[in-house]
Amino acid sequence: MTQALVTENCSTQFRMPGRRVVLSAFAAAVGTGLALPAFGQPAPTSPAQSTPTPTLTIGYVHWQHSVETISYIFTPAPDNGRAGAEVGITDNNTTGRFLNQNFALATLDVPTNSDPVAALNTLIAKGIRLIITDRPAADVLKLADAGAPHGVTMFNAGAAEDALREENCRGNVIHTAPSYNMLTDALAQYLIWKRWSRWFLAYGMQPNDLLLANACRRSAKIFGAHLVADRQYKGKAGSRETDTGLVELQEQLPVFSQNAPNYDVLVCADENSVFAGYMPYRTWDARPVAGSAGLIPTSWDPNSLEFGGRQMQDRFVAYAHRFMTALDMNAWVAVRMIGTAASYAQSLEPDKIMAYMRGPDFQLGAYRGLSLSIRDWNGQVRQAILLSDSGRTVVSMSPQPGFLHQVTVLDTLGTDKPETKCKLSMAGKG
Amino acid sequence: MITRRTAILGLPPTILVAASTRAQAALTGMAYATNEKDNTISVIDLAQMKTVKTVPTGQRPRGFDLTSDGKRLLVCLGDSNRIDILDTTSWKVVGSIDTPDPEYAALRQPGNNPLYVSNENNALVTVWDIDTQKMLVQMPTGVEPEGMAVSPDGQIIANTTETTSMAQFFSYGTGKNVANVLVPPRPRWAAFTHDGSEVWVSSELGGTVTVIDAKTFKVLDTIHFVIEGLRSTFIQPVGINITRDDKRAFVCLGPANRVAVVDVPERKVLSYVATTKKVFNATVQKYLLVGQRPWHAGFTPDEKYLLTANGLSNDVSVIDVTDLRVINTVPVGQQPWMVLVSPS
Repeated sequence: MTQALVTENCSTQFRMPGRRVVLSAFAAAVGTGLALPAFGQPAPTSPAQSTPTPTLTIGYVHWQHSVETISYIFTPAPDNGRAGAEVGITDNNTTGRFLNQNFALATLDVPTNSDPVAALNTLIAKGIRLIITDRPAADVLKLADAGAPHGVTMFNAGAAEDALREENCRGNVIHTAPSYNMLTDALAQYLIWKRWSRWFLAYGMQPNDLLLANACRRSAKIFGAHLVADRQYKGKAGSRETDTGLVELQEQLPVFSQNAPNYDVLVCADENSVFAGYMPYRTWDARPVAGSAGLIPTSWDPNSLEFGGRQMQDRFVAYAHRFMTALDMNAWVAVRMIGTAASYAQSLEPDKIMAYMRGPDFQLGAYRGLSLSIRDWNGQVRQAILLSDSGRTVVSMSPQPGFLHQVTVLDTLGTDKPETKCKLSMAGKG
Repeated sequence: MITRRTAILGLPPTILVAASTRAQAALTGMAYATNEKDNTISVIDLAQMKTVKTVPTGQRPRGFDLTSDGKRLLVCLGDSNRIDILDTTSWKVVGSIDTPDPEYAALRQPGNNPLYVSNENNALVTVWDIDTQKMLVQMPTGVEPEGMAVSPDGQIIANTTETTSMAQFFSYGTGKNVANVLVPPRPRWAAFTHDGSEVWVSSELGGTVTVIDAKTFKVLDTIHFVIEGLRSTFIQPVGINITRDDKRAFVCLGPANRVAVVDVPERKVLSYVATTKKVFNATVQKYLLVGQRPWHAGFTPDEKYLLTANGLSNDVSVIDVTDLRVINTVPVGQQPWMVLVSPS
């Protein structure tokens, strides 16, 4: 029942059949799709039902693009991220029906080469002020700046670039996606705990590979690992689907990793799925792989069952008929942060919601043990990071035991307050 | 089953029996623990201080209740989507209630009927007549209802919703939602004081117990737990057991491996009892730490002992309530969720 309702009210109106959709189609659709019912839930028994329940619509500027992955089974679904937000809306409404609050989601799918600001303006015109996006870092900035004069707060669920939280920070952005520094710190803590401190860093050629590689170098320095080798992988993707691709890989990758000083672990920085996924079992020396393949730091893994995670996974699979990804989790967190702040603030007004969310009492349970909250100096959501065995099991969760912090152990991950380059005051922004 | 279990744990029950001869004399009767991971119920003979029977169940047994005569055990089987009613002598299933993802069920007392169920994934509390096994009413709740308690006069049902952080109250007569109280994150359990004046609600992530007035539904107090040398994030209150005289509450603190002893009228923490204990294991010739991650506990009928179900170390700790120390630890199945002592 849940699935059917959502399809009628949301998906088909915002996401046209086929993958490439022009923006103008959305503009017409938004008007009819905004007022979603508390889908899938029985009617509330609360006496407030005689009058229509006030509704807050959350926007989602969704990056519609196809992603090549080395592992076929991890090809992202077209609703990657969006499904997480939709389950979040259902969760918000399950609570909201008792508090006379209703939530809806207005998603606009924006293909890679389309202007996300046009989609943003469509949402703003509908009175929407709290907007999630999984667009790349440059677009997050564009959206934040275009939205600021209208009082828009953006929730960055996708972009990991640290500069977005630091030198290019914006007061009206909340980052539910962990940054590269958070991810590599989480990995570094575990590798140090394992006493695998001699790293071979292998990184790709794209700009975001370089950023991730820098984050690895920074984490190594902070936590006491040594980069005994630091090499760029200059091979190209593309041969893998051919009939001889595996033979070539089997010959090329050992050569790439040969003649290395003695190392404990190969750490890969490969944001574009060019080589890292091929590294396990193909290194010259018999060594484990971590980073972009092997042991992967991530905000979510569909095998994470601890801390009540089993319920989240069950609820998500029942809704989306697939497993929940890290992007789904980041979007779910954004929607639940809004819903939770609305519950406690007892208001659906975006300003009051954001004031509570940024206040000292805000915390959100998100199935990773320690509750999530906002770093007031740069808008980053502090959160524990899972270490996944490439999506098969959860190996560990960082922060690791023994890494201490004067405020919260979660702030051992990523850029801490004394180091921040973010100059904007959060107050009064957006 | 016992052979297999001890092989996995490497903890032969006989090794663990030795701890206290004084307690063995005082303790009698049967206790039951639901083992979430290996789909069994462990039957513990308290006189022998060991698991004497392992009963296979449906999938994912978690919360359960016993009839007041101890003759029937009603167990929630989350992944089998039903509640089985088991005869505690023959261990045969004598009845079943089909209901989606039940996590916890409590019988209304006196009378052993009806049965209140938290349907975790469906955001519902359902009420069942256990004689006819028919549903009487269902009440929508917040996300992930779990803890549930019925007021001593039977009029109010309290429920906690883990993900949406509410203690919710429903009228027994009408099924209507009468109050929703926001509490710190991830409320797991609710317990009424026996005089019916207060409801205590544990928040696993918040690390607190909220004391709520059971008539006005106003928050009266919030109890915090501080343990020196332990990160606050390991302090995750779950199960609450209040003594019949409403003087003491015992709060299981999960990964803190402790049970907090709280003065109920003063709402002050008096002490923390470690559930962990080093036990020598003959097979591996090593001391192993048992008693890890207590979630739920049950008193013996005389309230002289409190048993905790320890999910990480797969055992049940027996705490002497007078001395406030663990006197014994009994290996059970995998990931025990809850333990209750038979009232008879």
